Amino acid sequence: MNEMSIPDTQHWFTIGRLSDIPRRGARQVLLPRGPIAVFRTQTDEVYAIDDKCPHKGGPLSQGIVHDGAVTCPLHNWVIDLQTGDAMGADQGCVRTYEVRKDADGLVSVSLSGGSGKAE
Amino acid sequence: MTTQKLVVIGNGMAPGRALERLLEKAPDTYEITIFNAEPRVNYDRIMLSPVLSGEKSYKDILIHDDAWYAEHGLTLKKGCKATSIDREKKQVTGADGSVVDYDKLLIATGSSPFIIPIPGKDLDGVLTYRDLDDVEAMLEAAKSGGSAVVIGGGLLGLEAAAGLKERGMDVTVLHLMPTLMERQLDTAAGYLLERAIEARGIKVRTGANTHEIIGEDRVEGVRLDDGTELPADIVVMAVGIRPNGDLARDAGLEVNRGIVVDDAMQTSDPDILAVGECVEHRGTAYGLVAPLYEMAAVVADRLQDGSATYTGSVTSTRLKVTGIDLFSAGDFAEGKDREEIVLRDAANGVYKRLVIQEDKLIGIVLYGDTKDGAWFFQLMREGASIEEMRETLIFGQNYAGGSPLDPTAAVAALPDDAEICGCNGVCKSKIVGAITEHGLTSLDEVRARTKASASCGSCTGLVEQLMAFTLGDGFVPDAVQPMCGCTDLSHDDVRRLIVAKELKSIPAAMQELEWRTSCGCAKCRPALNFYLVADWPGEYEDDYQSRYINERVHANIQKDGTYSVVPRMWGGMTSSQELRAIADVVDKFGIPSVKVTGGQRIDLLGVPKENLPAVWADLNAAGMVSGHAYAKGLRTVKTCVGTDWCRFGTQDSTGLGVKIEKMMWGSWTPHKVKMAVSGCPRNCAEATCKDIGVICVDSGYELHVGGAAGMHIKGTEVMCSVETEAEALEYCAAVVQLYREQGRYLERIYKWMDRVGLDAIREQVVEDEAKRTALFEKFLYSQRFAQKDPWAERVAGKDAHEFAPMNRIAMREAAE
Ligand SMILES: Cc1cc2nc3c(=O)[nH]c(=O)nc-3n(C[C@H](O)[C@H](O)[C@H](O)COP(=O)(O)OP(=O)(O)OC[C@H]3O[C@@H](n4cnc5c(N)ncnc54)[C@H](O)[C@@H]3O)c2cc1C
Ligand code: SF4
Ligand code: SF4
Ligand code: FES
Repeated sequence: MNEMSIPDTQHWFTIGRLSDIPRRGARQVLLPRGPIAVFRTQTDEVYAIDDKCPHKGGPLSQGIVHDGAVTCPLHNWVIDLQTGDAMGADQGCVRTYEVRKDADGLVSVSLSGGSGKAE
Repeated sequence: MTTQKLVVIGNGMAPGRALERLLEKAPDTYEITIFNAEPRVNYDRIMLSPVLSGEKSYKDILIHDDAWYAEHGLTLKKGCKATSIDREKKQVTGADGSVVDYDKLLIATGSSPFIIPIPGKDLDGVLTYRDLDDVEAMLEAAKSGGSAVVIGGGLLGLEAAAGLKERGMDVTVLHLMPTLMERQLDTAAGYLLERAIEARGIKVRTGANTHEIIGEDRVEGVRLDDGTELPADIVVMAVGIRPNGDLARDAGLEVNRGIVVDDAMQTSDPDILAVGECVEHRGTAYGLVAPLYEMAAVVADRLQDGSATYTGSVTSTRLKVTGIDLFSAGDFAEGKDREEIVLRDAANGVYKRLVIQEDKLIGIVLYGDTKDGAWFFQLMREGASIEEMRETLIFGQNYAGGSPLDPTAAVAALPDDAEICGCNGVCKSKIVGAITEHGLTSLDEVRARTKASASCGSCTGLVEQLMAFTLGDGFVPDAVQPMCGCTDLSHDDVRRLIVAKELKSIPAAMQELEWRTSCGCAKCRPALNFYLVADWPGEYEDDYQSRYINERVHANIQKDGTYSVVPRMWGGMTSSQELRAIADVVDKFGIPSVKVTGGQRIDLLGVPKENLPAVWADLNAAGMVSGHAYAKGLRTVKTCVGTDWCRFGTQDSTGLGVKIEKMMWGSWTPHKVKMAVSGCPRNCAEATCKDIGVICVDSGYELHVGGAAGMHIKGTEVMCSVETEAEALEYCAAVVQLYREQGRYLERIYKWMDRVGLDAIREQVVEDEAKRTALFEKFLYSQRFAQKDPWAERVAGKDAHEFAPMNRIAMREAAE
């Protein structure tokens, strides 16, 4: 089997359960090249983005989560969790990752997909 | 008097006003039936744009609610269009087949948006902008994002474009003429406006003639005459309006562009009056509310057999797009016999142009700075000679009279009959009269009495200035600053309602107070959380996801995402044992920086989040607890050495500082609270720039409040002097409790004091003993729940997920 034929299984990583993440909160998943932040909204949507604010690199996983957005803890930029774009007047964007929730409540992220906008 | 029958066709702003006036003066003259094609009550149509952009809700813009109709005994046939008028039998027939007799008939059918007759105009997704249904259709479309094309760069088109953009759509405005709003603006102002619109991310195409709207059964795009195609999920046509005269025409009344009325607002049938945008008076059909309200007043009078006359209106325009200031009135075409005065301030984006003919102002265009609009407009309407002030006229009223730049000087100088509120035609004397006669002190009261600034709101500033001018220092401007974009309520309103409605959770508060967002934002959530903590001690369960990160993990986040840890040192005192424990922690965890803070504490900087619980465990073991250096709460009580050591000391300042800190630690407050106690007026602990400071003197303790030494430097004010240490403790706690109850979230003590006044604080804390005792007790009661060392709780396992990553992916693949 060569790598090209199984990209899907190869790049999905199970990171834990939905219940590991507090509602309106986030957890970090550590990667060799830097952490990503996995968010759970009030309505249980889950999003994963690089844990690095496009402004000055603030850890977005530490911000306040409201609707589908997070406010950076350092200088209050608001980042749309779905697109990774800064909202309002600020310009910038963070890389997003695809997330799957399965019926058992397990959450996985794909490290190959998502928007590569930031890179 | 026998009751006559009055039938009204149309339930817009014009007849709404006429009925209001009529009912005020002669409530029982008529039995009234209203036909309304729209399925709702009367609302403020001009405020649809704020509803579209999300600044207001439908409820905010209601003029008359159902209760009003019931109270006045009016029959409102909602969603029932009048289909014919039988003048012979004096009857109106409705779409539902009902027939209503009349003695007097008022036609107020308003106008309809003009639809350009091009191919594709009937496709799904082609909208107009006239009523609430249109706004709802736009909001529905905006939900899924996509792009919108607005045809028409006039007032309505631009307001629609700004609203749709606010709602997240990609918006293009197409305008036939070379500059925007060319009927109200000259080219220079039109250009500035275009730039301001574009700066919001809205694309503008001038000189663009729409050829057709393309799409199969739904809009897909717009094709211009030059062949350009623009994709579009919706198209909004806002190219003008047409008075609704058909019903009147079918009944044989005289109708030109609009239904023809005379100065008595009478149509060609003496028993039929007409009012609003559907009429044509002396050859003019109006499209703004101010003239319609003037007509309405005449109609109301005539319906009571009065003899008022309407002789036409001079109108002015303002654009209601937040952040764009624009005012225009009169005629500003160039002409041989006209001269103009122009002022441009490019840096500030200001452009003003006045057109003068025979020493009289006949045209006004203001962009970027419109505060003199009302004054210029007044000069224009009066036809006043401007000869004397020509040189300084353009600089506005403050300079023209050479008077100083006192903000109320401008309104003070206005003549009594100067119109302040254009929408409702309210003049200065009426407002001033109402204020003095009824003792009004708030903007809401003035609005309720006089209607001034109650419609589009753009004259709110002027009305407030008039209040300031009339009431002098007695006027405290309404702080209707909403808490955040999620609500229209101010901090004070929210606090009042939390207590009044016994709201005890964030979801309850958001639901009952009609939050516009599903779960708030980073501004309101921490504020609500604090209000609930402060108002319901022991009952409310802290919502830690609504706390800023520092208060959630009980340490201060640093720029690199690590944290700093500050253990409490009561009154700034420490010991060899504590210092040794700190030194051990620094070594054990490789903490990079150790620093003494301005509040006499030791700060350990650069601790990774995962290490926090272990660091705290070691500090706890040596008897140290959280120093709350991160909290909107009591931080530090700084002290000097007082009578313990100092040769000048008058009291035990260190001991008092420690006692205050032991009493107050752990309390949550609107903003941080820093205190200090100095042993004598030499003030080595710098108590006079703290939120609360104590200066010990021979006779006791001088209590200071309201200092600050951050972005603003402010010395404290002396609140009072007390004799005993016990009193000093009680008074300090009482002030803090009062601040907890009255302070707005993130308002420091000095700002709260500026707002409510030191006297008000003195009255409650110093003079009113019962109140002070109550405050003190409430403070101590809430401390029973607040004084838990958050570090120890977390060492014991609380919120463990906060301090550990969810997972680690260490495989090579993940490195990409
Ligand atoms: C989005 C928007 C923003 C505006 N902004 C401003 C502004 O900033 N400043 C300003 O001065 N003006 C503004 N205007 C204009 C202002 O709203 C109108 O001038 C005013 O509302 C007209 O009042 P009216 O009572 O004549 O007619 P309308 O308010 O149009 O009322 C007419 C009513 O009659 C009903 N009707 C029609 N035919 C029949 C029938 N046969 N039977 C029963 N009912 C019928 C209609 O459904 C409608 O409800 C704005 C208008 C819009 C649409
Ligand atoms: S404030 Fe007075 S008592 Fe305190 S250290 Fe200074 S001089 Fe001494
Ligand atoms: S003064 Fe400014 S830079 Fe220094 S610690 Fe305070 S906030 Fe940071
Ligand atoms: S680093 Fe996120 S807002 Fe500055």
